[in-house]
Amino acid sequence: MLRASVIVFPGSNCDRDVKTAIERVTGFAPKMVWHGDASVPSSDIIVLPGGFSFGDYLRCGAMAAHSPIMKDVITKAKAGTPVIGICNGFQILCESGLLPGALLRNASLHFICRDVFLKVENDSSYFTKCYRAGEVIKVPIAHGEGNYFADQETLDRLEGEGRVAFRYCDADGKVLADANPNGAQRNIAGITSETGRVLGMMPHPERLYESPLGGTDGRRVFESALLSTLEAA
Amino acid sequence: MKARIKITLKNGVLDPQGKAIEGAVKGLGITNVGDVRQGKYIEVDLKETDPAKAKGIVEQMCKDLLANTVIENYSYEIG
Repeated sequence: MLRASVIVFPGSNCDRDVKTAIERVTGFAPKMVWHGDASVPSSDIIVLPGGFSFGDYLRCGAMAAHSPIMKDVITKAKAGTPVIGICNGFQILCESGLLPGALLRNASLHFICRDVFLKVENDSSYFTKCYRAGEVIKVPIAHGEGNYFADQETLDRLEGEGRVAFRYCDADGKVLADANPNGAQRNIAGITSETGRVLGMMPHPERLYESPLGGTDGRRVFESALLSTLEAA
Repeated sequence: MKARIKITLKNGVLDPQGKAIEGAVKGLGITNVGDVRQGKYIEVDLKETDPAKAKGIVEQMCKDLLANTVIENYSYEIG
């Protein structure tokens, strides 16, 4: 059993994709929860989906981080409920302080929508344990503001604590500047919280969960969530 | 009272929009310009007459919402 809640903000547009992905991969349909609600139903995982919440006004994710539901999301995350934020969801996690750093405008200034290669760095966290550290996966990105920024001290801490989940790389797994689509510091594509129970990532695993979609490299994010939840039960 | 708030990227934070503007300015034939940094300017009407309280309100809105202090600095005038 996996009780997932997908938070729907005005301007979310990957909410139904991630709902379908979770249902198809795990067999359990998530609940869709409106951002204006005061609380999240009791859940095994909370999902902050991709999109353009509040039209990206002020800064990406800034308004959504202050939506009524977020007080409870933050409380539950701090109490241990696993949370995954994808794309705009990652931006919301940073804006709400659940993850360190910020997502800046892509260095090229272009919106980028294409498949990228990712090197798996962390294969033990709640949402990544079905991957193997060092393997190279292919997952699409679709963002204009995915350029991960944090100060050097924070970056060193993230690396030292094994909290970099995914890095942009080339097809051979080499983490090179040329393989960095958006200028992210140290090619970072996704990070976790200290406990490994909160994951933010710019790439979209919900877009590649079965072969008719062009690949299956994203499905293990959701398989990891199911496995982690079953192990904890 | 009115708060006039300026939000700018911190030094060391890449500003690709500023760079693009710099390129466009130079494209006008204006070559004696250096770095360009882009920021935001926000005006807020305050329903408050006490300057100290007004300052407190502006500080709170800047810290909690208007600026992301991981990447941005803010300054303001109230009057």
